[in-house]
Amino acid sequence: MLSDITIGQFFPGKSIIHRLDPRVKLSLLLAFIIFIFATFNYFSLLLMVFSVFAIVLMTKIPVKLYFKSLKSIIVIVIFTSIINLFYGKGEPIWQWGIIKLTVGGINNAVFVLLRIVSLILVSTVLTYTTSPTQLTDAMENLMSPLKVLKFPVHEVAMMMTIALRFIPTLLDETEKIINAQKARGASMDTGNIIQRIKAFLPVLVPLLVSSFRRAYELATAMECRCYHGGEGRTRMKSFHLSKLDYISLSICAILFAGVILGNILLPAPIK
Amino acid sequence: MSNNFIEVKDISFSYREYDGETTSTETVIKDLSFNVKKGEFLALLGHNGSGKSTLAKMFNGMLSPDSGTITVDGISSTDEEHIYDIRSKVGLVLQNPDNQIVASIVEEDVAFGPENLGISPTEIRQRVDEALKAVDMYAYKDFAPHKLSGGQKQRIAIAGIIAMKPDCIVLDEPTAMLDPKGRAEVMQTIKKLNKENNITIILITHYMDEAAQADRVIVMDNGEMLLDAPPREVFSEVSLLKEHGLDVPQSAEIIHMLKDCGVKEDKLPLNVEECLDLLTRLIK
Repeated sequence: MLSDITIGQFFPGKSIIHRLDPRVKLSLLLAFIIFIFATFNYFSLLLMVFSVFAIVLMTKIPVKLYFKSLKSIIVIVIFTSIINLFYGKGEPIWQWGIIKLTVGGINNAVFVLLRIVSLILVSTVLTYTTSPTQLTDAMENLMSPLKVLKFPVHEVAMMMTIALRFIPTLLDETEKIINAQKARGASMDTGNIIQRIKAFLPVLVPLLVSSFRRAYELATAMECRCYHGGEGRTRMKSFHLSKLDYISLSICAILFAGVILGNILLPAPIK
Repeated sequence: MSNNFIEVKDISFSYREYDGETTSTETVIKDLSFNVKKGEFLALLGHNGSGKSTLAKMFNGMLSPDSGTITVDGISSTDEEHIYDIRSKVGLVLQNPDNQIVASIVEEDVAFGPENLGISPTEIRQRVDEALKAVDMYAYKDFAPHKLSGGQKQRIAIAGIIAMKPDCIVLDEPTAMLDPKGRAEVMQTIKKLNKENNITIILITHYMDEAAQADRVIVMDNGEMLLDAPPREVFSEVSLLKEHGLDVPQSAEIIHMLKDCGVKEDKLPLNVEECLDLLTRLIK
């Protein structure tokens, strides 16, 4: 069934990474992305790469599943890496026509490959170990200082919550409409791409109309339950930083310090 | 002090429709007056277009009557200052369970109402657990709503209202989109809330067998009150109901037909068991 697809690919579990506060995970992800790209020599890079692999293993989710998330993008990564191989500056160590291979080029290629792979892995860790609801809550919480700038933090979070809630419902409905149109003789899976897009129009129109109806009813139901925006609203689940969160934050701080020290003390093979 | 929880006095309501040139008005409620007692189980019966859904939205101030007043626990329903008081006193459950659930986890959805009221997290937790237990859905608290059946979803919607600790719940055709099993579940939940938690129930329905389970039935037709009596009296008016395009429960109809054939019987059966008892007695 269509509605069985999982949004954000969350795998429930009880590992250390699962138990971390989602706000900590989200902030650390951002820090990891910055530090992965702020590594200028092999020591710093490998430090980051090994930490990412360690985190991946700590989630206790089968490594096979991580490969699945890499598979879709690995071709692009390798392609980018190969392009980089031939764009290094300096003395060529091998040359054929205008194509030349330099030490700088090889370094570039390795860095690009490892950086992007770790980037994907570390982002996947977040989506695999954190439920979409936890993520929206964490985002609302972390973005709350933006309220000072009149940014509608609560409204954005509410929209995300409702969107997540209605994705399976609308997928179900799409399936029903497709079947209803097929029963009326519509052919959905024959013809060229343009014909197929055109055949989809009778599905999209009823779907759009029903979405408006649903939105109207949901608004009524929300009003009946005293919804009046974010003001004066409390939350059942509030976040609490535990010992585990402080320990992880400290370990990552030491790791990032190591990367910075490595960058300063050791020569940089790439700029 | 009277024990009337809701007082409806001479209300009228009409929808105005503007078609580009002229404005046409369609009156859906005409001079309606009745009271609802605390702890009562009232059924509002009527076919489509009888104005019953419009009435449902008036009890909690979602719509205001054109004329007349509705008073809820001493507060006028049009009092803007107390609108959230009224909405937490009178909860409204709508027809389609899918379009009432806000969050993607059952317990978080039930928490939505109390969160809006600004209640402390520990008390919300307690209320959510109580509400889920009251509708027998506690085991499903971590489920995603789209994995539940229609009847279960509707019970979650009811739990979401109960968590606001209302004195009264208005249900606008809560079973119309459910299968027979879901309908039975929801009806059982409603009756339990009425008996055990002493919550006033206003059930809007067009199913006769559901109305038969209430303490009192108000039959509406074209925005006017046709009958206001306990179910046994209402369903003995078979010819009047049929005149207005309404049915009676099958059990009541059988007895009505038997009476036409000359059988003398005063007691009106309202459900299958009562009907069976009566028929076996008659045959003996």
